[in-house]
Amino acid sequence: MTTQTAPKVPSFMEKKADRKICFICSKGNLDMAYPALIMANGAVGEGIETHIFFTFWGMDMINKKTMHDLKFTLLGNTAMHPPRRFGISMAQGLGGIPGMTRMATWMLKKQIGAQGVPPVPEFLDLLVESGAKLWACKMSVDMMELEKGDMHDGVEDIINVAQFMELSEGAQVIFV
Amino acid sequence: MTTTLIAGREVHVDEEGFMTVSSEWTEDLAPLLAKQVGIDELTPDHWVVIRFLRSDFAAEGETATLRRISTSAGVPTKRLFELFPQKPGKKMAYVAGLPKPKGCI
Repeated sequence: MTTQTAPKVPSFMEKKADRKICFICSKGNLDMAYPALIMANGAVGEGIETHIFFTFWGMDMINKKTMHDLKFTLLGNTAMHPPRRFGISMAQGLGGIPGMTRMATWMLKKQIGAQGVPPVPEFLDLLVESGAKLWACKMSVDMMELEKGDMHDGVEDIINVAQFMELSEGAQVIFV
Repeated sequence: MTTTLIAGREVHVDEEGFMTVSSEWTEDLAPLLAKQVGIDELTPDHWVVIRFLRSDFAAEGETATLRRISTSAGVPTKRLFELFPQKPGKKMAYVAGLPKPKGCI
């Protein structure tokens, strides 16, 4: 046991190089929406400058018409198993049965909700409140014939690739 | 195990500086701990958060996350970032004499 005489300043207060992180959200499936949101939330809570850029199918995460209703499908997901039955695979082809996507979505929402994770639109509110910046991809916006008013109110702006490159200069970039 | 002196009292801390023995914390330590993380004055809103963290830790055995504080204590996330800027989760746990939060959200 060692004793210090001066009060200990916590190590998290040590000045480090400014860190910046950019997430690119390119998917609109419910299970692909959460990873970036959860990590971005963690980043902004650590005082890291945090940006999220939404592109292609990721636009569904910020589109007011779709963001409440992202879905999870078994199709194409070979990692499916019944709850807590890790040794048993579920045939992902079962995802083709009518109603299966709805059931899988309901189940995922329930499980992730139990972890205290808010639904996607509320999660975006939370991120904006915390200081993260949301950006929409210009090409996707044009291609999908969207306008800024169609998107979550927290979206900062519609930016093109060159602007994203400027924004992400010196940042760690994570593509989802 | 390291100890440090705060207000002339010896308290146990981990290598990051967080207090490790919850019962060694008393409210008079909070303003001193707050100064170490750049908070010069604890307002009534700070105390709402600190007291919630203490009572929640006593009940749950772990430090509440920002999400839990905002939903259970009713302090909006934006306000938490204003009260404990930059690293709210760690700062509030430190000031409340608790381990840093383990939860991801």
